[in-house]
Amino acid sequence: MGDSQYSFSLTTFSPSGKLVQIEHALTAVGSGQTSLGIKASNGVVIATEKKLPSILVDEASVQKIQHLTPNIGVVYSGMGPDFRVLVRKSRKQAEQYNRLYKEPIPVTQLVRETATVMQEFTQSGGVRPFGVSLLVAGYDDKGPQLYQVDPSGSYFSWKASAMGKNVSNAKTFLEKRYTEDMELDDAIHTAILTLKEGFEGEISSKNIEIGKIGADKIFRVLTPAEIDDYLAEVE
Amino acid sequence: MSIFEYNGSAVVAMVGKNCFAIASDRRLGVQLQTIATDFKRISKIHDRVFIGLSGLATDVQTLYQRLVFRHKLYQVREERDMKPETFASLVSAILYEKRFGPYLCQPVIAGLGEDDKPFICTMDSIGAKELAKDFVVSGTASESLYGACEAMYKPDMEAEELFETISQALLSSVDRDCLSGWGGHVYVVTPTEIKERILKGRMD
Repeated sequence: MGDSQYSFSLTTFSPSGKLVQIEHALTAVGSGQTSLGIKASNGVVIATEKKLPSILVDEASVQKIQHLTPNIGVVYSGMGPDFRVLVRKSRKQAEQYNRLYKEPIPVTQLVRETATVMQEFTQSGGVRPFGVSLLVAGYDDKGPQLYQVDPSGSYFSWKASAMGKNVSNAKTFLEKRYTEDMELDDAIHTAILTLKEGFEGEISSKNIEIGKIGADKIFRVLTPAEIDDYLAEVE
Repeated sequence: MSIFEYNGSAVVAMVGKNCFAIASDRRLGVQLQTIATDFKRISKIHDRVFIGLSGLATDVQTLYQRLVFRHKLYQVREERDMKPETFASLVSAILYEKRFGPYLCQPVIAGLGEDDKPFICTMDSIGAKELAKDFVVSGTASESLYGACEAMYKPDMEAEELFETISQALLSSVDRDCLSGWGGHVYVVTPTEIKERILKGRMD
């Protein structure tokens, strides 16, 4: 394949017009643990599998869903350490905006800044693209919003989306189940059912993580006890 | 003579009932000589935010150009106008950037915020914000303006009465200051319209 001759350098286009490193980064994302997000009429929910490498790992210390601001949360599929770096940069950008304007950063602006950072790593020397796709969930004056950001730096607003291992099944399931006037609690149930679809093993509050934001504009990661309640309702 | 008094200026803003007024004098001088009698000190940032700048005229013009630049960029990126409080924070940050070589201006910012609530504030030349519920003043005539506004102001005035009050306060104060005057420039802004008026006072 002619493309493989051009996969050594990130900053060189292949003859077919692709940047092969970005394709590889997307493959890294596609083999990461499944995560998904659903935008309801009155909030947004994001969720992810939390499969730990061994039962000896202290699962309470692992937090895959993070805050960027009090009203914006994010989850990822792909490489955890790359996610940590992006979260750190995004939090700093959000706080710089707040310091300048004394106003919380709108979701679209933060997503754009984060995507710009990811794009910079596809056009610089000596660096590689981030091996993560992000799902950003926020609630601001424009209402609930859900964005996906890819390693290339492109971003999309979604009503519902999934990423990672089980992406095609999860998206098909979401397409069937999604309705425009869904409320936040329905969205959480749908998110759990979607995760259950491709789950290997028994789903429980210890191996999934759920974050939600409602009209109160406060992003929260659900406690295991709360997840257990939702799981019980779903059964 | 202080550098703030080189060109001479007077700016005042007042809060009314769901409206505000912002007024300035029109003299541009070089110390004791009057150079122009139509100098623009108040500028519109957008339909609901106005800024009046007193102090050194060159910095008044340059600072205004920088602020318009920042606001236009904000408008295009965020697809919305800046709220007056946000704009005031931006001005404060821009002034503090030059903490050790400041713009020699004192801004007066006036705007209509959420729910048409009027907002006014002033700051010193390095960005120390001062919010007020009634009126704010700045310029070489500021001491007279404080007195005149304190005496003439009352809360919840309608647009026409607010215009009369701010005009009287401005004209009587600049009459006591040799470096400002030569007429007045008043903007009265309500949620539905912007009324711009030129005042003829003592031309001296």
